[in-house]
Amino acid sequence: MTAVIETEGLGKRYRRLWALSDCTLSIPAGHVVGLVGPNAAGKTTLLNLATGMLAPTAGTIRVLGGRPAAGPAQLARVGYLAQHAPVYAGLSVADHLRLGAHLNPGWDAELARSRIERLDLSLGQKAGTLSGGQCAQLALTLAVAKRPEVLILDEPVSSLDPLARREFLQDLMEAVAEQGLSVVLSSHLISDLERVCDYLILLVASRVLVTGPVEELLATHHLLSGPRRDPATLPAGQHVISASHTDRQTTLLVRTSDEVLDPAWTAAEVGLEDMVLAYMSQAAGRGRHNHHLEVHS
Amino acid sequence: MIEFHLNGRSGVAPYMQLIHQVRQALRLGLLREGDQLPKVKDVAAGLAINPNTVLKAYRELEYEGLAAARPGIGTFVTGTLGGSSLAAHGPLRRELQRWLARARRAGLDDESIEALFVSTFRSAAEEGIA
Repeated sequence: MTAVIETEGLGKRYRRLWALSDCTLSIPAGHVVGLVGPNAAGKTTLLNLATGMLAPTAGTIRVLGGRPAAGPAQLARVGYLAQHAPVYAGLSVADHLRLGAHLNPGWDAELARSRIERLDLSLGQKAGTLSGGQCAQLALTLAVAKRPEVLILDEPVSSLDPLARREFLQDLMEAVAEQGLSVVLSSHLISDLERVCDYLILLVASRVLVTGPVEELLATHHLLSGPRRDPATLPAGQHVISASHTDRQTTLLVRTSDEVLDPAWTAAEVGLEDMVLAYMSQAAGRGRHNHHLEVHS
Repeated sequence: MIEFHLNGRSGVAPYMQLIHQVRQALRLGLLREGDQLPKVKDVAAGLAINPNTVLKAYRELEYEGLAAARPGIGTFVTGTLGGSSLAAHGPLRRELQRWLARARRAGLDDESIEALFVSTFRSAAEEGIA
């Protein structure tokens, strides 16, 4: 199966600053991919490279096997929803649908109409008078009705209130279930993504720190607690992501593909949010000296 | 038809929560053979979860012989739970009660009893006994 996004040594520099560097990844189709990282980590840059709105400074990127924005056919296969769900304030909901129909060869007018009906948006209403949540859902409708193979969403829910956030994600998951879309969405809040994403890319300070299927990441990370111990004495296959000690006890987050057999440890599963935060603070502690880590599926 | 719910703080993976809820509904007789499980699309939209999570739960239920997918229609309950083993519950419960009484006489409090049970259960499960 063709990868949704495949990059090789991808980098983007603005003057002297690398917004994204040495990014190599391959995301299989059929996933809802969460692109996570702190603000200014390079998430938007990566998404803009995928949509073809930016050209790489280094390396290559392929989306569904093609060069981003290489031509009308490639453009039709990729749906994109920019940050803050931009809509035209002076145009009505119906105008937006007409615009979508006009600009997209694969436009599914029936799908667009039924979604607008279900969302209870009135066709004559000007987009400028819609709530934030309604704007986001109108924008999502346009992106979905173009019938893309992959949908790229930049921070789609970060500016929405909790209810609108929930409704947006419900709507998005319904579209995924109905149309078998692949989705890549970014967020600086992992809690937004925990239920919807089954694949994770963690980007910190312009570099990819972790990438892989969520289930596999969770299965290979363990929270160990036990009598105080020097992490350097762990078996070779156990990589320490975070460590904390009291005078008697040691608590570690380790990544290992093997089972933890040492009876001295009490092993617990770790949640996605805690795992991501551990990597982020590890990266912050390590400063510029970064470490690339990949979980292979 | 049953309705799923998710507990975000339970630490149990969402697909496992769905499986537990189906099994629970089967044990309690809320679901019977032939009943349809909620459609993947409806569960995904209702709970705002990845449809793959629902599919995974349903596949697992199929693997356990509790459900079967009819392409284009949905997933249906094909098995029952508890029915034949219900008879064994009584004697097992009485044994457990005797064991609990012994544990209390030995001086274990509620938490110690629970910890002992859970850790024994886990290690037995790991050794493939349970």
